[in-house]
Amino acid sequence: MIDSKLLRNDFPMLTNGIKMQGKPLVWLDNASTTFKPLCVLEAVSKYYTHETSNSHRGDYDLCFNMDTKIMEARKTLASLLNAEPKEIVFTAGTTMSINQVAFGYAAKYLKEGDEILLTEAEHASNVLPWYKVCEMTGAVTRFIPLTKEGRLTAENLEKTISSKTKIIAVAQVTNVLGYVTPIKELAAIAHKHGAIIVVDGAQSVPHMKIDVKDLDCDFLSMSGHKMCGPTGVGVLYGKFDLLQKTDPFMTGGGMNAKFNMCGEASYLEAPVKFEAGTLNLEGIIGLDAAVKYIMNIGLDNINEHEKALKKYAVEQLEKTGNVTIYNADSEAGIVTFNIKDVFAQDAATFLNSKGIACRSGNHCAKILNDFLGTPATVRASFYFYTTKEDIDALVDAVKHGKEFLDAYF
Amino acid sequence: MPTFELNPQMMREIIMDHYSNPRHKGVPTGEGYTKTHSSAVNCIDDIDIYLKSSNGKVVDAMWEGTACTISTASTDIVCEQCIGKDYKDSLYMIEQYLKMIDEKEYDDSVLDEAIVFMNTGKQAARIHCATMGWTAIKEMLEAEEKKGN
Repeated sequence: MIDSKLLRNDFPMLTNGIKMQGKPLVWLDNASTTFKPLCVLEAVSKYYTHETSNSHRGDYDLCFNMDTKIMEARKTLASLLNAEPKEIVFTAGTTMSINQVAFGYAAKYLKEGDEILLTEAEHASNVLPWYKVCEMTGAVTRFIPLTKEGRLTAENLEKTISSKTKIIAVAQVTNVLGYVTPIKELAAIAHKHGAIIVVDGAQSVPHMKIDVKDLDCDFLSMSGHKMCGPTGVGVLYGKFDLLQKTDPFMTGGGMNAKFNMCGEASYLEAPVKFEAGTLNLEGIIGLDAAVKYIMNIGLDNINEHEKALKKYAVEQLEKTGNVTIYNADSEAGIVTFNIKDVFAQDAATFLNSKGIACRSGNHCAKILNDFLGTPATVRASFYFYTTKEDIDALVDAVKHGKEFLDAYF
Repeated sequence: MPTFELNPQMMREIIMDHYSNPRHKGVPTGEGYTKTHSSAVNCIDDIDIYLKSSNGKVVDAMWEGTACTISTASTDIVCEQCIGKDYKDSLYMIEQYLKMIDEKEYDDSVLDEAIVFMNTGKQAARIHCATMGWTAIKEMLEAEEKKGN
């Protein structure tokens, strides 16, 4: 059990009396981004007030200390995922991580006619890089059918996979419906067919315990800002031998071993060969603090709290008789719904007028709306600092959904 | 000034009426229409606008697509209020409307039903929805003017 109300004291965005439209802020857009605890802000600030230096080549103490901090952050992230520190690549976030695999691995090894398997529930960042790879290599994307409720199952992967399949790229938790994908089973099927599995962990890593060794996934991407860390920093996990086989898609300082005037260059080993240029040092330090903070709360505790909130939200929203819920059964703390007879965007504007931050639209999963049979939905998403009171505010607003034009008067 | 008495209830009803029963929604079957596309990054709105004009006058205006309440109603209203007007009057009306949304001084005498969007500026995320149809028609009319049609 966690005490959300106590934890809220750690978050300036929750204690500073922030208002929207004159109403106290109710933050239900955690799948989009999360608030930052003071310990993260202090770590970032301390980098600029006490620790400023670049990393790499620590000839003097401040720089040496920075290299040590980066190494420490790699260890923290490795322990979060049960990986080895050398398997942790710092990136700008999930999008860059997936692009690194697409351009550095897939574009290098895929051939005409090879298949990349996706699902209709994927976020744009786990669709478009693969489309690019197909343009470059002549490979094709295919979609693994989802079950009626929107779940990806091992059974459906078995039906879709072929000898041409080289990559399976799927979210561990989908960002609109919030189903948990059985990655371990999918990875076993992928490997049996000689394919690799590339996991989008943007919506899973912040909310549940991940063990990449147990899952046996080949790559996994995550973002810092969705787990209380700064924006612009994230991680690509890759099995070390796969990282070694992958080309960096950016080259430059800090990642080369040597180069000459004949156009020859050799690169350092993974993970640093992927980290060209000055790293987002404040971001990495902030992410290190965020991950330590979250591990201290406990991912199992966070998961349990969100499950309870999800159940409560679905019950209360259904009780209003005024909503259609698209993912009542999914495991994650995400409720995707529409208020009856109110277009999603209008509903979100109405919620804004009540101080409630929810996302509306297609949530970057533009193919999914055909599956759901609606052009747009409203998404409320929770974190460990979300309370029943936040959900009560949402439910109360939904009850008055018919008055949505009040937002303009 | 609008020809109806202005109260919030009436304003709501006008918006809902144009949303539920848009008069100018559809793809025209006749000839002589120019078409433009308008969409939003922050909203689902994705519409085509069709304009037919001759001798410096708007003969017909229609639109088709997916849109929220505010963009549906506001686009339907701009179509309605441009039809029959010459370019100059249409463009003047559009200019006043855009000033109103921007919360600047405007001439309300030409806005008629469009006055119902006077408070839309309160919801910053929906300003684009309230103006996309209007801006599209403005650009189409300016292009027609340039061509000397």
